[in-house]
Amino acid sequence: MKRWIAAVVLGLSMAGVAHAAIDTYEFAKEGDRERFRQLTKELRCPKCQNQDIADSNAPIAADLRKEIFRMLGEGKDNQQIIDFMVDRYGDFVRYKPALNAKTAVLWFGPAGLLLGGFVIIAVIVRRRRVQSAATKDELSVEERERLDQLLDKTKND
Amino acid sequence: MRRWLMLLPLAIFLVVAVFLYRGLYLNPAELPSAMINKPFPEFSLPAVQGDKTLTRADLLGKPALVNVWGTWCISCRVEHPVLNKLAEKGVVIYGINYKDINADALKWLDEFHNPYQLDIRDDAGTLGLNLGVYGAPETFFIDAKGIIRDKFVGVIDEQVWREKLAAKYQALVDEAKP
Repeated sequence: MKRWIAAVVLGLSMAGVAHAAIDTYEFAKEGDRERFRQLTKELRCPKCQNQDIADSNAPIAADLRKEIFRMLGEGKDNQQIIDFMVDRYGDFVRYKPALNAKTAVLWFGPAGLLLGGFVIIAVIVRRRRVQSAATKDELSVEERERLDQLLDKTKND
Repeated sequence: MRRWLMLLPLAIFLVVAVFLYRGLYLNPAELPSAMINKPFPEFSLPAVQGDKTLTRADLLGKPALVNVWGTWCISCRVEHPVLNKLAEKGVVIYGINYKDINADALKWLDEFHNPYQLDIRDDAGTLGLNLGVYGAPETFFIDAKGIIRDKFVGVIDEQVWREKLAAKYQALVDEAKP
């Protein structure tokens, strides 16, 4: 019995953590609900910096959710809504930053570093291969003489 | 060539270290405002005192500070006496009472003195939203033509004003002189 109660208490306490902010919005179209969910996940709360506006309980996030709901009702498309937010709060509010000169490093930096790593590995591997090939196949003149001597020695023995 | 390559990791380390060291002293709560060099948004809102309607046109003519505040905002209370002093010195300050209860705002202005030449009442936060306000206090610097030229987030205290903001305001005033 005790164990059972403990399990229920644990379950209830975890349920609260899963999702913070819950509003009740009635959507005219079913597709709007999905778009609302997607947009509020993609936009970042300007006040509480590491939360999207779907998760945040900050008043500003609630205002922005209301604003998104209003714009969905007006039939604006996703890009118009995102532009509206970026106009006011800057590129900062987008979790998926737009591709422009400022964000190019962000977009291509990791791939560039990875590529650079591959190039360095390729160079090292090739150099090693050339080196080991040189040492294996080519004998210097002295080495050849010494080899001949040794071979002659064994023959004469 | 070989020697040079050996120094490469050190060079990379130094570059990263400089970036991270700088990052230690940046305030992540300070967002670059998207509104800088854009015109102050249009609005039509009542005044906090009386029932006059204020619009964007009322803010034009003189460079000014537009201060976003609320009675619910504790740091605004710290900032308020500084604004009073600035207003006494002749700095033009307009106020936006942001998402507040008007009776509380009236009481506050009555008790703590009113530094604002105009006091816009933005109960619903619509003007605040158009300005990209995400907290209070925030202060916008507008020029005589109503273009937002700068923005400061946080409490304006005497030191911040002296070291950072006074020069910015003065530049706008000088610019407005014929």
